[in-house]
Amino acid sequence: MELFSCDVLVVGGGGAGLRAAIAVVESDPRLRVAVISKVYPMRSHTVSAEGGAAAVIKAGDSLDEHAYDTISGGDWLSDQDAVEAFVKEAPEEMLRLEHWGCPWNREGDGSLAVRPFGGMKVQRTWFAADKTGFHMLHTLFQTTLKYDSIQRYDECFVTKLLVDEGRCQGVVAIEVATGKILAITAKAVILCTGGCGKIFPFTTNASIKNGDGMALAYRAGAPLKDMEFVQYHPTGLPFTGILITEAARSEGGWLLNKDGYRYLQDYDLGKPEPKPVLRSMELGPRDRLSQAFVKEQEKGRTLQGPYGDYVHLDVRHLGEKVINKKIPFVRELCLKYENIDPVKEMIPVRPVVHYMMGGISTDIQGATPFPGLYAAGEAACVSINGANRLGSNSLPELLVFGSRAGRAAAAFARSQPETSPPVLLAAHDEESRLEQMLGRQGGKEKIATLRAEMHRAMEESAGIYRTESALGQAAQKLSELQDRVENLSLDDHSYTFNTEMTSALELSYMLDLAQTIVYAARERRESRGSHQRTDHPQRDDQRFLKHSLVFRGENGTPRIDYLPVTITRWPPGQRVYGR
Amino acid sequence: MSSPARYTPYHPKWYRRRVSVWWWLETGSYTSFVLRELTSVFVAIFAVVMLWELRALAQGPAAYATFLARLKTPPFLALHALAFLFVVFHSITWFNLAPKAMAVRFRGKRVPDLVVAGLNYGAWLFLSVVVAFILLRG
Amino acid sequence: MPQTVTLEVARYRPEREAEPIIETYEVPFRKDWVVLDALNHIKDKLDGTLSFRWSCRMGVCGSCGMTVNGRPKLTCAAFLSDHLPGPIRVEPLRYFPVVRDLVVDITDFMRKLKKVKPWIIRKEEKPLSEGEYRQTPDELDAYKQFSMCINCMICYSACPIYGLEPTFIGPAAIALAQRYNRDSRDQGAGERLEILSEHDGIWQCTFVGECTKVCPKNVDPAGAIQQYKLTSALHWVRTLLPRG
Repeated sequence: MELFSCDVLVVGGGGAGLRAAIAVVESDPRLRVAVISKVYPMRSHTVSAEGGAAAVIKAGDSLDEHAYDTISGGDWLSDQDAVEAFVKEAPEEMLRLEHWGCPWNREGDGSLAVRPFGGMKVQRTWFAADKTGFHMLHTLFQTTLKYDSIQRYDECFVTKLLVDEGRCQGVVAIEVATGKILAITAKAVILCTGGCGKIFPFTTNASIKNGDGMALAYRAGAPLKDMEFVQYHPTGLPFTGILITEAARSEGGWLLNKDGYRYLQDYDLGKPEPKPVLRSMELGPRDRLSQAFVKEQEKGRTLQGPYGDYVHLDVRHLGEKVINKKIPFVRELCLKYENIDPVKEMIPVRPVVHYMMGGISTDIQGATPFPGLYAAGEAACVSINGANRLGSNSLPELLVFGSRAGRAAAAFARSQPETSPPVLLAAHDEESRLEQMLGRQGGKEKIATLRAEMHRAMEESAGIYRTESALGQAAQKLSELQDRVENLSLDDHSYTFNTEMTSALELSYMLDLAQTIVYAARERRESRGSHQRTDHPQRDDQRFLKHSLVFRGENGTPRIDYLPVTITRWPPGQRVYGR
Repeated sequence: MSSPARYTPYHPKWYRRRVSVWWWLETGSYTSFVLRELTSVFVAIFAVVMLWELRALAQGPAAYATFLARLKTPPFLALHALAFLFVVFHSITWFNLAPKAMAVRFRGKRVPDLVVAGLNYGAWLFLSVVVAFILLRG
Repeated sequence: MPQTVTLEVARYRPEREAEPIIETYEVPFRKDWVVLDALNHIKDKLDGTLSFRWSCRMGVCGSCGMTVNGRPKLTCAAFLSDHLPGPIRVEPLRYFPVVRDLVVDITDFMRKLKKVKPWIIRKEEKPLSEGEYRQTPDELDAYKQFSMCINCMICYSACPIYGLEPTFIGPAAIALAQRYNRDSRDQGAGERLEILSEHDGIWQCTFVGECTKVCPKNVDPAGAIQQYKLTSALHWVRTLLPRG
């Protein structure tokens, strides 16, 4: 085992993690900060975000309006003090990124350009071509290269948080290329590991989104907040999960079931017109479209494919010229990554999991209730997104809370003594556990089988519509899978770049998190935002205007508690669909 | 590498494949690239022949006549034919690559590659016509 | 359309082998499957010991570059149907040291990326209160193409110079330097000039042009390098002239 130490350790090298690292260095250049990530930072999933990032800069817009859009979009589960801080700091953070070189799109006169985005009443979404996340991540990564004091541990897989004297004091990680175990002690740890969409079978998320940080915090005793809120995007390709942007529908695409019928007209979303009508039919709110899909599925009117059920998105009637001019990216994605030409064929689509509103519970400084442990980005839940996230809010969130968590962690680290020796004993225990897991022979279970069963349980029970009984069944199934994963043995016993070992560790993280989602969903007996219960279809502010907290119980099963929502200036109202 | 693998746990043992001396035969583009570079040899040969011609001219009409006669022999005709092909190949690849090396901007927008290459070809054609005219008229 | 297709995959396990060997697998054929899907099928169902990198499955993270039938490609964009009838040979990216199976070591590239100072260098920073640096759409256009690089290193794998002389700084690094040189907000061209004009910099490039051909994002690194040669040469000429 090799030992390293630093003052602040950032786990995860995506938008939030890199921004946090820069914030630490800028707040105090004498602090030693390290970024540890299981992939090279430019591979982080921030890279695939396309749409844009919202911040108030144009005349005719105001912070209060951005705040209101966010809070009402979140179905009033957002902490309003956090939202107010967020909308205030977002423009400054995005401007700072522009100064660091981010190639934002411009107006003719050279000023920053904004464009409309679903859920935002006023145009405030900044964008960099159709690759906003890509440009933001690469700008942040290249800016971190400027600071020699930012140490990086690339392709190192964190397996455990080191805890002693009631505070977080570092991590144990596997250096994947060599199999060597590293113990990195730190005075403060910031978790920026992203969401856990891979718990579900159909997701836009990359293979690396397994909720590592969330599970690490959960196992160390920190609470997870609002895990039951899982955001779906109504149109994603069934196999790869690649997102087909809303633009394909706003230009006039139709959603057709297996009979070639525009089924949305049956779900109180207006009448089919030849041209697209705002807020009607295919341009209705995302969650209503996803719900319509599920209802069609129950009626047996969706198509059945080798990867699951789907419906068709038809843009053929727009013609090749319009497609190439208005939605060239959609055509390119379908052709290059799925071998489908939208000009000639209908695109198979279905709702896909896109974002986790829930995560590690933090306050508005990015601190978890666990001393020395901080979190930011999709891995954290402050919460600003509440029960449903508005599009183009997650990218500025990375910057605002990445920066806040970095500063808070830096301040904490300055005040702390060196790490205590018992921590290293815990690191040795972890090393033994990993050695055992690597060398185990004769187990009967396979990773792919357990993963598929977890997927099926989550899709059937914790999908778009949930019921008490289905969630109960899922809880049982997940408990069974947790037992079976003990009997897992690997084919690959090598030390060198063993990705089967890391997949097994990721699977165990996902099972823990799947349980938290299911338990939290079962206890929330109301429908709010993206959490829809057919047995409790109404929103219940009396009983449930509060965040769910999930703690790891004594025997490993989740224990639920609650935290009130901070309301400052906007009392709960009706979430009006469309404006 | 025929010795058995000796592996120490945790020590990375990377494998580096030797680049074959025939790397340039692996793809059409590589082969084309090497031939393009070889055209410089023929350009050099042309230059040497020209210097030789100048020297022959300086030595008087008899020496010049001998020189011209030698040029008409089969080996030299073959060499010149081959050299001509290589020089044409050189010119074409040069013109096709020129737009890559020069990002010409006209009125704020980048001039398309085809236009830059086209202008080069056009100038070549024009100059060739002028030279042919001068030579054939005399 | 066939039911299955054969994949010949290069395997290298340092504990067992002195050099890579080829193992053959039979995978299902589907019209929408790419080579990466086939590799995932092998790992999930046939042989869990196969190691390879991947993440986004949509050509933007740059993890999955490998050599497919002798050509460097993103395996998430290489359809099985384009490589029929098979067998399809999948090997790690050429010219990089192989760590294991299809995984190569890229620390050399990461070092070179940092070497070219890929960040905005300015003599004086504008305070945030004064807003953004103005940049017209045309000024954005001047460097936009070079900013699209996903760091997949497929260009390095196609560059014979990099293969023969691994100290060459390489196409992607130079393209990234150009991305900043051409950015109207940057003032660091002078600092980068020294680094790029070194022996292992732009002058090792002999304009094979293969890097631009294989780039999955149309970054055109060959163009970036040749244009920079001109800039560098002109700068050198200017240093010879007396100040006037």
